[in-house]
Amino acid sequence: MIKEVIYSLKAPYREDLTIYGYTFGRGEKSACIVGPTRGNEIQQLYVCSQLIKTLTILERTGAILSKNEIMVIPSINHFSMNIEKRFWAMDNSDINKKFPGKIDGETTERIAAGIFEKVKGYSYGIQFASFHTPGDFIPHVRLMDTGVQNTSLANLFGLPFVMLRKPEAFDYGTLNYNWQMSGANAFSVYTSATDTIDEVSANQAVSSVLRFLTRMGIIKYNCHSGYISSTIDEDTLLPIRADVSGIYRRLKNPGDEVRFGEVIAEVIDPMEGETISQILSPSDGIIFFTHTKPLVIQNGMIYQLIRRMHV
Amino acid sequence: MIKTVVSVGLPVGEVLNIKKRTLKPEKIRGNEKRICIVTGIHGDELEGQYVCYELIRRIQEQISCLTGIVDIYPCINPLGLEAITRGVPTFDLDMNRCFPGSADGDMVENIADKVIDDVLGADICIDIHASDIFIREIPQVRISNENIEQLFDYAMELNVDFIWAYESPTVLQATLTHTLNQHGVPTLAIEMGVGMRLTKSYGEQIVDGLFSLMKKAGIWSGEVNQVRKPIVSTDGEVELVHAEASGIFVPDIEHWNGIRKGDAVGSIIEPITGEIKHKILAPCSGMVFSLREYPVVYEGSLIARILGGVES
Repeated sequence: MIKEVIYSLKAPYREDLTIYGYTFGRGEKSACIVGPTRGNEIQQLYVCSQLIKTLTILERTGAILSKNEIMVIPSINHFSMNIEKRFWAMDNSDINKKFPGKIDGETTERIAAGIFEKVKGYSYGIQFASFHTPGDFIPHVRLMDTGVQNTSLANLFGLPFVMLRKPEAFDYGTLNYNWQMSGANAFSVYTSATDTIDEVSANQAVSSVLRFLTRMGIIKYNCHSGYISSTIDEDTLLPIRADVSGIYRRLKNPGDEVRFGEVIAEVIDPMEGETISQILSPSDGIIFFTHTKPLVIQNGMIYQLIRRMHV
Repeated sequence: MIKTVVSVGLPVGEVLNIKKRTLKPEKIRGNEKRICIVTGIHGDELEGQYVCYELIRRIQEQISCLTGIVDIYPCINPLGLEAITRGVPTFDLDMNRCFPGSADGDMVENIADKVIDDVLGADICIDIHASDIFIREIPQVRISNENIEQLFDYAMELNVDFIWAYESPTVLQATLTHTLNQHGVPTLAIEMGVGMRLTKSYGEQIVDGLFSLMKKAGIWSGEVNQVRKPIVSTDGEVELVHAEASGIFVPDIEHWNGIRKGDAVGSIIEPITGEIKHKILAPCSGMVFSLREYPVVYEGSLIARILGGVES
């Protein structure tokens, strides 16, 4: 394993922002794995750290197949993480909206450009990212429906679902989109949590990446075959919204199966404690996403449902 | 008349109301032109607040000269404005990237949808922004190249110092301005001043411009002040100056002044060593129309924009 500085930025008072890349194996640029670009992506950091730990052992035992190079960048935005800010603290800009970046542009455009220069050219790009709406997901692989994506490769992670997303204007600055546009097979892996550590889904994410690398002939690793993934279009997810504001009582978790008409959440009057709304499932299906904050605003999305699918 | 455009219940004991003020002629004929003034989309931009106040005050002083309808939306993002937050608190979203919104969407999308719905049908809309807290701007209109023909004559009436025709990045398609222009309401965005501050002279300058525009549109019959002739520029004539060191920026120049190639724009200093880390020199001759206001900079922070080939 070679640990090297792939980008650094001087700060007025703090130590330099130093972004490290950990390289395993030698040869062709096979796979690159990128961790948090946002300061609240603690789970993503944890997953990358566990991957580096495992790849270090695999390299030591000769399990990285010859002529393959894997790079892991475990953290890009620890400057924000250390002060508990989600975005770049100075101007609240989102590094994951600045790719491919500009080397002579604004600060976060420069960081993005510096990173992109190092991560492009790999055959497979895997990013541990988070959704713009905070909440919990079923672990899944997400890829942009750009017309050049390879959905069948995404199945090789062995996670329960592969999600296809039609890119919108605000996706054009993401690493995933730009990776794909530069010719890589790009995937974003989502686990159950973001700003907390969920060991079970973190381990699932680590295994899914190792499984993918094994199936692509990059490493030798004996692991469970995982799921035969179901592929879904993001557009087909059914949003379920709260009809009133108040204290939110969540009754279902990601992955739970629900029936039409079943009570899946309640909203409670924050002053008087009475239940003021019961949210009923509008369809049979599987819960894909859940709102997790204790308060909810009228019309806020509390669940996304995969319709008419059973566990 | 003050009307609530949209109400959203917040989780605990509060309702969020987005309001508008409507001023109408004393006698309604039914074919009046309508102008909408929108501001306060970003919670840290306050320059538009004085414009709303002064516009209403002057109209009311001569209400008999009002021949059209004026709808004023002083604050689209009240939570951000009172929390001194650019975006919408709790959502961490830039509201001006959420248009056209959705009637079935969450709070921000829902507000965006209702605001668009309320403005639709207007003959002109002006969206007033300040700069953010980092950069001071002269009063200016920014128009994407695709709308320049349709909006140029309106922009010339607004009494701004500068009209900047730019190539629209894709992300700006989610702005109020873009959305309304797409829906047939000619809409211009004004930028001026600096975030979290209010520049009275800029506000009065823009109010003069709004009266001039209203007169041209048949909404105002009273006397109006002569408007200034703005400098008109395209992207190719604007030079961006970025910090090439991190530290504290100390300007050597004043905002909206001429500068010659090689002149000092300012220095990035390091307080603990007493040293200059980077002396910033002008890359071209021209007018400095944007200048760094917030002193702390990282490598890459925007320091100035210079409009090349223009002298004071």
